[in-house]
Amino acid sequence: MQPLEKTGNILPLLHEIRHALEDLLATGQTMVIDLQAMPFAPSELVELKEILGVGEVSAELHALGKSTIQETAFSGAWWIVHFNIDEKMISQTIEICHIPAILMAQHADIQMGLQQLSSTLGGVSL
Amino acid sequence: MNSATFLIWVRETGFLIASSIFIIGLTIRFFEIFMLGRKKDLSEPKGCAMRGGFKTIFTRFLPQDSNTFQRSYFIIIAGYVFHIGLLVALFLLVPHIELIRAALGFGWVGLPTPVVDFLTVLSLISMLALLWHRLTNPVLKMISDAGDYTAWILTFLPLLTGYLAYHHLFFDYTWLLAFHILSAELLMIMLPFTKLMHTFTIFVSRFYGGAISGHKGVQV
Amino acid sequence: MNQLSLEERLRLHGVSRRGFLKFCAATASLMALSPAMIPRIAAALENAKRPSVIWLSFQECTGCTESITRSHSPSLESLIFDAISLDYHHTLQVASGDAAEHAREQAMKDNWGKYILVVDGSIPLGNKGFSTIAGISNVDMLIETAKGAAAIVAVGSCAAFGGLPKANPNPTGAVSIDMIIKDKPIINVPGCPPIPVVMTGVLAHFLTFGTLPELDHLKRPKAFYGQNIHDRCYRRPFYERGQFAETFDDEGAKKGWCLFKLGCKGPTTYNACATTKWNGGVSFPIESGHGCLGCSEPNFWDAGSFYAPLSTPIGHVAQNAGYALAAGALAGAAIGFANKQKSSQAIEKHEEITVNDLIKGETK
Repeated sequence: MQPLEKTGNILPLLHEIRHALEDLLATGQTMVIDLQAMPFAPSELVELKEILGVGEVSAELHALGKSTIQETAFSGAWWIVHFNIDEKMISQTIEICHIPAILMAQHADIQMGLQQLSSTLGGVSL
Repeated sequence: MNSATFLIWVRETGFLIASSIFIIGLTIRFFEIFMLGRKKDLSEPKGCAMRGGFKTIFTRFLPQDSNTFQRSYFIIIAGYVFHIGLLVALFLLVPHIELIRAALGFGWVGLPTPVVDFLTVLSLISMLALLWHRLTNPVLKMISDAGDYTAWILTFLPLLTGYLAYHHLFFDYTWLLAFHILSAELLMIMLPFTKLMHTFTIFVSRFYGGAISGHKGVQV
Repeated sequence: MNQLSLEERLRLHGVSRRGFLKFCAATASLMALSPAMIPRIAAALENAKRPSVIWLSFQECTGCTESITRSHSPSLESLIFDAISLDYHHTLQVASGDAAEHAREQAMKDNWGKYILVVDGSIPLGNKGFSTIAGISNVDMLIETAKGAAAIVAVGSCAAFGGLPKANPNPTGAVSIDMIIKDKPIINVPGCPPIPVVMTGVLAHFLTFGTLPELDHLKRPKAFYGQNIHDRCYRRPFYERGQFAETFDDEGAKKGWCLFKLGCKGPTTYNACATTKWNGGVSFPIESGHGCLGCSEPNFWDAGSFYAPLSTPIGHVAQNAGYALAAGALAGAAIGFANKQKSSQAIEKHEEITVNDLIKGETK
């Protein structure tokens, strides 16, 4: 098969990330870019991933299927992929922020955990 | 009516009407022309009429002398560019060849779309230039009548709508495709009854002219 | 159970808040919304109550129901389906007969003005008896059930455009939903069948915002039907280069060339197949080597052969051309004879004039 034409969407996207990082420094403004909303040739996503590189933080989340959260070589830019229980990708985004919101412990979950811990402690005699 | 049903109409009923009128019109015109007949030429033949006739069909494709060409080079060049572009778009664009294959049962190899696209643009520009020339040249303007402008519009519309449809410009593609087919059908309906009939009669009249010259022994 | 919000329901399934946020992110992507909308989606879904859905099936083949129920489980689609209360669907529900009809009436009464009515299949107007459910004709049941609906989702090409039952010569007098119901918001989700996530995406939008998504001129959600198959097709470069498969098994077909000559209707079809794809994102018809049938467009069944190129006429062209040729020849010959007659009559009327006649004329 002959190679398909490239969409040429990488360069504008990199500029968008640069502006977003500038905004994050200046005002603390965060941003999310949905990679599934843009047409990319399959080779282009690989290329983009190579350019952005791998940073210091790498996390895995297990809720309704796996999610991978990878800081890129450009600190503050995160590559986030969500999968469902069938390991089918359901979302792929680049987030510009200090820490992705999905990593933070959530109030509701803390509350739930606290309740469980309390009941566990209640049943245990020290 | 939405675009999808309109497209079905032009492909089905519209095409049926247009192709019927086109074929009936052409047949009537040719029967009329040939049944008029010609007076028998009683003079002694000084050359071969047949040879002169067939030869002229082809020799008239080129300007007969450099003087004619120099005087009207704009019309000749623009005219040729437009006619070639039109014929290439009509007969060498793959979707059109498929139409011919569906109607006649045979087809041929087409050109890559960008090539056809380029020639279509040249064709459109040439047609606009020729119209501008017709409107600004005093003599040409004076001898032009409604029939000339009708012929221009009928030819220009399919080219323009085809170009717009291919590039998805301004309107929804389905509407554009339907309008393109409709404009071509309008052309088919009007062709036998307008100056556009020259598409076919040009060869007949060239033959007659050549045959007369051939009979008289005039070099053609 | 119906009083619980979506988040509470997910929590009952052991889904954490993080899972919920992830669900919101995927929902935004599913509805083709900007990621900036995720917090709004989360806020809306936190409080979203489980809406009641009544699903009516009229003149249809159950393909649409098959499509939506065979979507991967447990996927996002099924989670959303879990988030609605499907109160009536005569193919899926256990109850039948009177009990089933009572379920519909009860759901209508309990959720009057708030329930979503999903319809698949067209409605026969030729004779009410052509299609009935529990003795009630399709048109009567539609009108009655539509009265209390907040919105109507016409699922599949039959409900949206009349579809296969309406195909020429339309023996049952089939019509689409919007030909009968004029006073309710209607969303058309055409396709034969529609893509499952498109069906659930529309429901997700309603569930999240309580409003209808933006629609195109055929009442289709733009987020999914704004894309032209041909424009998004990965085989498009072959079309541009003029490389076409001539048969389904030639070299061109094996190399993945454009299917235009084999009748692909991609250029006039608007659907999400080329990007969303089918069977959990595996492929879509063109990727599997078959041209697009244009099933999400009105009257696709009457748009000529599935295997005839889009640029070809529909119908008996050659036969018609033969008739036209014969008619033209007859008319031409008649006109030709009339012309001949006219010219010979004109010749007969010619009078011989001598010099003497001219002199006589002068003396007069």
